[in-house]
Amino acid sequence: MSLLITNARPYGEDAVDIRIEDGRIAAIGPGLEADGAQVVDAAGLVALPGLVDLHTHLREPGREDAETVETGSRAAALGGFTAVHAMANTDPVADTAGVVEQVWRLGQEAGLVDVVPVGAVTVGLRGERLAELGAMADSAARVRVFSDDGHCVADPALMRRALEYVKALDGVVAQHAEEPRLTVGAQMNEGDRSARLGLVGWPAAAEEAVIARDVLLAGHVGARLHVCHVSTAGSVDILRWAKSRGVQVTAEVTPHHLLLTDECAETYDPVFKVNPPLRSDADVQALRAGLADGTIDAVATDHAPHAVEDKESEWASARPGMLGLEQALSIVVQTMVEPGLLDWRGVADRMSVRPAAIGRLDGHGRPLAVGEPASLLLLDPTHRATVDPAALASRSRNSPYAGRELPGRVVATFLRGTATVLDGKAQK
Amino acid sequence: MKRHLLEAADLDRADATLVLDTAGQIESALAGREVKKLPTLRGRTVVNLFYEDSTRTRISFELAAKRLSADVINFSAKGSSVSKGESLKDTALTLEAMGSDAIVIRHQASGAPHRLAQWVKGSVVNAGDGTHEHPTQALLDAYTIRQRLGRLDGVRVVLVGDVLHSRVARSNVWLLSTLGAQVTLVAPPTLLPVGVGSWPVQVSYDLDAVLSKADVVMMLRVQAERMNASFFPSAREYSRRYGLDARRMAVLPDDAIVMHPGPMNRGMEIAAEVADSARSTIVDQVGNGVSVRMAVLYLLLGGAPE
Repeated sequence: MSLLITNARPYGEDAVDIRIEDGRIAAIGPGLEADGAQVVDAAGLVALPGLVDLHTHLREPGREDAETVETGSRAAALGGFTAVHAMANTDPVADTAGVVEQVWRLGQEAGLVDVVPVGAVTVGLRGERLAELGAMADSAARVRVFSDDGHCVADPALMRRALEYVKALDGVVAQHAEEPRLTVGAQMNEGDRSARLGLVGWPAAAEEAVIARDVLLAGHVGARLHVCHVSTAGSVDILRWAKSRGVQVTAEVTPHHLLLTDECAETYDPVFKVNPPLRSDADVQALRAGLADGTIDAVATDHAPHAVEDKESEWASARPGMLGLEQALSIVVQTMVEPGLLDWRGVADRMSVRPAAIGRLDGHGRPLAVGEPASLLLLDPTHRATVDPAALASRSRNSPYAGRELPGRVVATFLRGTATVLDGKAQK
Repeated sequence: MKRHLLEAADLDRADATLVLDTAGQIESALAGREVKKLPTLRGRTVVNLFYEDSTRTRISFELAAKRLSADVINFSAKGSSVSKGESLKDTALTLEAMGSDAIVIRHQASGAPHRLAQWVKGSVVNAGDGTHEHPTQALLDAYTIRQRLGRLDGVRVVLVGDVLHSRVARSNVWLLSTLGAQVTLVAPPTLLPVGVGSWPVQVSYDLDAVLSKADVVMMLRVQAERMNASFFPSAREYSRRYGLDARRMAVLPDDAIVMHPGPMNRGMEIAAEVADSARSTIVDQVGNGVSVRMAVLYLLLGGAPE
């Protein structure tokens, strides 16, 4: 089956036609003939390589009432993603080859994005002893990213061993940087607002101290380290310093940390409760600058669906986390593209090329060029719409963007030549 | 007034003064009467929804509502559906379906009254939420200061103790500064929140340095278990550095008063001879609490006074 996408603007540049055959880009240029191919009119639309998310919670197995691999995959496709990394904090935990293969297989069956399981670093995420990382790496799921996300690998000796061990697997440890003794009972960013709201503070230093420790360890043992959801200006400084010293460290920032601040907590509505918490405006500006200059390598959603009853409560009893897959690109457009901090090639780099490289995904993050896999998205950057949580594909409704007008609409997504989204609608 | 009383930070000077003036009017109206009851809220239902044990606050609200002739329901988290895991929202909607006009809530989670106000149509009164606020306590404290000193504007108030965990401290900081008082917080640095620098207060770590310039010293309850989390080394050291004893009381200006929201830890933050001295307003505070809570319920449910 062949497709002809007409008048698309790759990376926002000059409009061309893109012919797709057998899952690959067969030709790019002006005025290509249809030759019986299905034609997709992309006039005015920006074409980008399919997005890759390093950090998604799909909740299956265990909390299928909040999200399933299928519903999360649909949300991802609608957001322009062609691959997502599924975090390991499921029930049971993805700490064995059996669980990661189950998640991988569910992703294949859904067929909307490539679901790439993340393996737990430690058994049961308990931070006590290493899970069988090699078995997960060698399984059908081909795990390369290992993370106890939701929990920090706090024990420095265990973290050192994990960093060393995954070198043999070409793997990376993705650290949820949070010193647990400094965040006992923590509810929100520690600062002026937590003081006034009477919510226990989550100090920036609890994140920065672990990142500082881990970049030193990664440098010492010559291993790859990835830092999840960086949220503070100080973390950006430490990463910049570590990279200047040649440490193999990469980092991600979430859309919500690029847009929202701890001011949101003033309503006490736990839809804004997330871990790490929303920070100050100065942190937001530093994160944007760090993403722009490449200190932060990737945007990753930390898409965290929660059932209504886990959010419709007092702030302290609500679970942390917020939806992100369907609005991630819009938020990057608003916070990075519209202010001139990133161009479209920059967006492709931070949301596709680099995350694919960090996760060692061969078929993703590829350029829009002849012979490459036809995994791409078409975006209408001028479209603006107000977010309605009830209209989201996720099974959950905990979107912090409800009622916000955001720019950009993913019109179509293609996974290896097959349309997963057309006219803004999921194809299955 | 607004529909709810969620936090003292919400009150402007006019609203806060209206509450204090109304409390004064109510007190005069009832003074010397054999039947201490006004018909204002007859037929209205006030629910005391208490997720934390607090006998004194609950009784004070109960008495306030009853003296306004309201029907009062006491709903305690213990022995109710709450202990079976019912959510705050479901409890609130149930109470409202039964016809409550106002919910007075005490809850261990900061912000619980704000959540409640988003779910119910009636009025919500915050009777203490976590480490956030306790606005009627601040109102009764302000009422007591005004009663004893005749004014609030320019009054120098020293608040001593566990500010970090104190909802009383937060409410007093906002209310007293709105009403023109000059507030100084005194505590070990561990018991002051990061971010206190943005509050409209002075901060000192040295109690002795500020006492001679205080019109009001308000002692906060300090829980001994805080020392287990290393907020301070020992109860004895705390008491030595931040406790109000007779020696320190002697340094105070002649007219200065000593306050405590109760319950007191005698011998810890306050010495018995101070608590029982003529300067102490601790018993007045309790009595004034009823008048002030009557004023709040009256203004929220009964409309402005004629």
